[in-house]
Amino acid sequence: MKPLASIIGYGAYIPRYRIEAKEISRVHTGGAERAPVRQKSVPGPDEDSLTIAYEAARYALRRAGIDPSLVEALYIGSESPPYAVKPSATVIAEALGFSRKLYGIDMEFACKAGTTAIISVAALVSSGVIRYGMAIGTDTAQGRPGDELEYTAAAGAAAFLIGPSSPEAVATIDHVYSYVTDTPDFWRREGEKYPMHTFRFTGEPAYFHHIISAARGLMEEAGLKPEDFDHVVFHQPNVKFPQRAGELLGFKPEQMKYGLLSGEIGNTYAAASLIGLANVLDNAKPGERVLVVSFGSGAGSDAISLTVGEGVEKVRDKAPTVAKLVARSKLVDYALYLRYRGMILR
Amino acid sequence: MAYLRSVPRVWREREIKYRLIGGACRSCGRRFYPYRQTCPACGSEEVERVKLPETGTVEVFTVVRSPPSEFAEQAPYVVALVRLDDGTLVPAQITDVDPGEVYEGMRVEAALRRYRTQGERGIIEYGIKFRPLIQ
Amino acid sequence: MRRVFIAGVGATRVDEHWDKSLRDLMRESSLKAIQDSGLSKKDIEAIYVGNMSSGFLQGQEHLGSLLATWIGVPGVAAAKVEAACASGGAALHQAYLAVRSGVYDCVLVVGVEKMTDAYTGDVTDALVMAEDQEYVAFTGLSFVALNAFVYRYYMKKYGVRQEDIAYFAVHDHKYAVNNPLAQYPRPITLDEVMKSPLVADPIHLLESAPIGDGSAALVLCSEEKLKALGKDVHLEIAGSAVATDVFSLHERADPTTLLATVKAARKAFSMASIEPKDVDVLEVHDAFTVLGVIHLEDMGFAKKGEGWRLLKEGQLEKDGDLPTNTMGGLKARGHPVGATGIYQVYEITLQLRGEAGKNQVPDPEVGVAQNVGGVGGTVAVHVVRRVR
Repeated sequence: MKPLASIIGYGAYIPRYRIEAKEISRVHTGGAERAPVRQKSVPGPDEDSLTIAYEAARYALRRAGIDPSLVEALYIGSESPPYAVKPSATVIAEALGFSRKLYGIDMEFACKAGTTAIISVAALVSSGVIRYGMAIGTDTAQGRPGDELEYTAAAGAAAFLIGPSSPEAVATIDHVYSYVTDTPDFWRREGEKYPMHTFRFTGEPAYFHHIISAARGLMEEAGLKPEDFDHVVFHQPNVKFPQRAGELLGFKPEQMKYGLLSGEIGNTYAAASLIGLANVLDNAKPGERVLVVSFGSGAGSDAISLTVGEGVEKVRDKAPTVAKLVARSKLVDYALYLRYRGMILR
Repeated sequence: MAYLRSVPRVWREREIKYRLIGGACRSCGRRFYPYRQTCPACGSEEVERVKLPETGTVEVFTVVRSPPSEFAEQAPYVVALVRLDDGTLVPAQITDVDPGEVYEGMRVEAALRRYRTQGERGIIEYGIKFRPLIQ
Repeated sequence: MRRVFIAGVGATRVDEHWDKSLRDLMRESSLKAIQDSGLSKKDIEAIYVGNMSSGFLQGQEHLGSLLATWIGVPGVAAAKVEAACASGGAALHQAYLAVRSGVYDCVLVVGVEKMTDAYTGDVTDALVMAEDQEYVAFTGLSFVALNAFVYRYYMKKYGVRQEDIAYFAVHDHKYAVNNPLAQYPRPITLDEVMKSPLVADPIHLLESAPIGDGSAALVLCSEEKLKALGKDVHLEIAGSAVATDVFSLHERADPTTLLATVKAARKAFSMASIEPKDVDVLEVHDAFTVLGVIHLEDMGFAKKGEGWRLLKEGQLEKDGDLPTNTMGGLKARGHPVGATGIYQVYEITLQLRGEAGKNQVPDPEVGVAQNVGGVGGTVAVHVVRRVR
């Protein structure tokens, strides 16, 4: 596979508010629960997956430094769109001044939709249909109060502006590989507010099987081994799963140093592996190789292999880094969290 | 409340509201928000549409504690006049802050946020608010 | 052009009139004014109704025709005049022009607002309609919030202490005590004002005009008509002016000056050939304390930044140099928005006739009323002179 396309700009966004897992546990289990993350991000009362996608997209545009009217595709992956029917892509495209000749779509594949958006836009660029396109993974995920998902379901977005392949760019998308089976580990039926999941079934047959299959499939096709990568990013529904996936595949903890953020921000769903990638780009050196493997329930994994380009150092400081967004945090208690999430009936 | 729940109205205003589109008068040089064809200062019809800068400073602010009905659930919230970096003054909410955290001179950045919804079933109205600059 | 006189006045108490509707209120003030004039209903040739929000708060428009029928004179010319809180002043200006032009000899002008039919949030919605709904009210700004901006700008620019401004409310309440039509006829202290809850920082609840219902009416007539009545004291509208400013506060060059006041006052004073020093009794539109202070400056009674001194030095008292809001002002007489401009002239009339009771100013000849719409988007100024 020759390189598909390049990332010419990237941006992440994490809402300002955080709730600690122990605060959630205080309310529901009297503090007995062992928390899968330390804390998670919470969107403000005027935020949704569209507004945080806008923030990330604007930072990506700022880093790319191109005229927004040159952007001809906007693919948004999310499982928490503000509308059941009515795209977010149109609003963001208008708000940022993208071309009206636009391939725009909202996509859903649980937490995998963000990486699939990247692959789709890269394919449009690679095929010559467009020159520049944007892919966004964004979610303001909700768990049923008291459900174990509530400890991790967080909010975040990351956007990537993709253009023709070039070593001068921020990173080059070298190889992609996707692996999908019908595995119902997590779902939300039409009209339901909160998702259902299958507890431990989510692990072995779902998360691990797909992540490992996609990662191995990509490495086999591309002729690469774990040690060929400087950085690896896995979908991160908690801290333990990605660490275990890395172990099983033969990656060392230092390769995951920048790609694992869920302990501090929770599971940002379609944005999770993308924010990990953004943090790698904030820190990586030109020439370094990166593997990103997402996982979406239902189920499937996308694996993307990238090489960091010369351009990364020039654009890094043009927008806030992931570290800054993680550090910009304000703790809220459970009552305020309920208010911000619109869960207090008035 | 038909006046507040109009979809065509929101649609018509979207570009000015989403992108901070202002006017720049070719005759007297005044810049203003929102855009319109006639300069409010000198009456000239020679007004250019301009995308206003997305960063500025809180010039004056207040905390709305007794809100209009459509904003009842948001109170108390902060509204301000923000002096954009080109000198244009824009009315907007300040978000991602507690009322006690805002001060005159605070550096802020534009962000698309939800302003209100047309009830439970109607559309969501987005617009530009300002939040502290992330540096 | 003909001279225009106030032949009669009438008003309801400003109150929470749970048992009276919009039409009951305007009927009551109209009939009182007609009776006071000594004319008969049949003499009325045209009606102007000043009202801001009946469409929104009552679902009722077409007030001119409604009132004509409700007082039993269907057939006359009639229309509603709207200019936000200056609706009363703007209606009076139209009525004045109607007589002055010679088209009508006898005109009824009524201000009315019925606010307590609605929830407070809906009243807040109605009031902010005075600003740009599409781009300013859209942000959740309330009308109080806009005035809070003015307040902050003013204190910062002129270094005036809030206590020195907030005292305007204490002044108003002091005079409302002796006004039988006032909504809040009780004294308050500065401490109470400063400790009352914030509505939009820094504006306290007790610095803000209250929500209330009321109607006031005037019968205007030509000199010829007046002569037929045979009264010895005549009140002439010697100046009537309306001016506007840039609509939205944030687009004005100086938010601490209402240019519409400056312009309307200059025009009305010039029509009446008076200067600020000639004014014996004044009504200013102090919907919020800071506005009362700003109006004194914009009308030329004080230098910018020094309006509060008139208050502090006692010049606004009934025996001071510039007796102001001698019946309680907007804060304590009340502010049924579209009616306020007419209440002000009603009160000036009582003073010039010597009928102001315990609040009577010694022998006034010239009275001025200033009525503001929005945050100064429209201002009406009227000069009334006693002619013997």
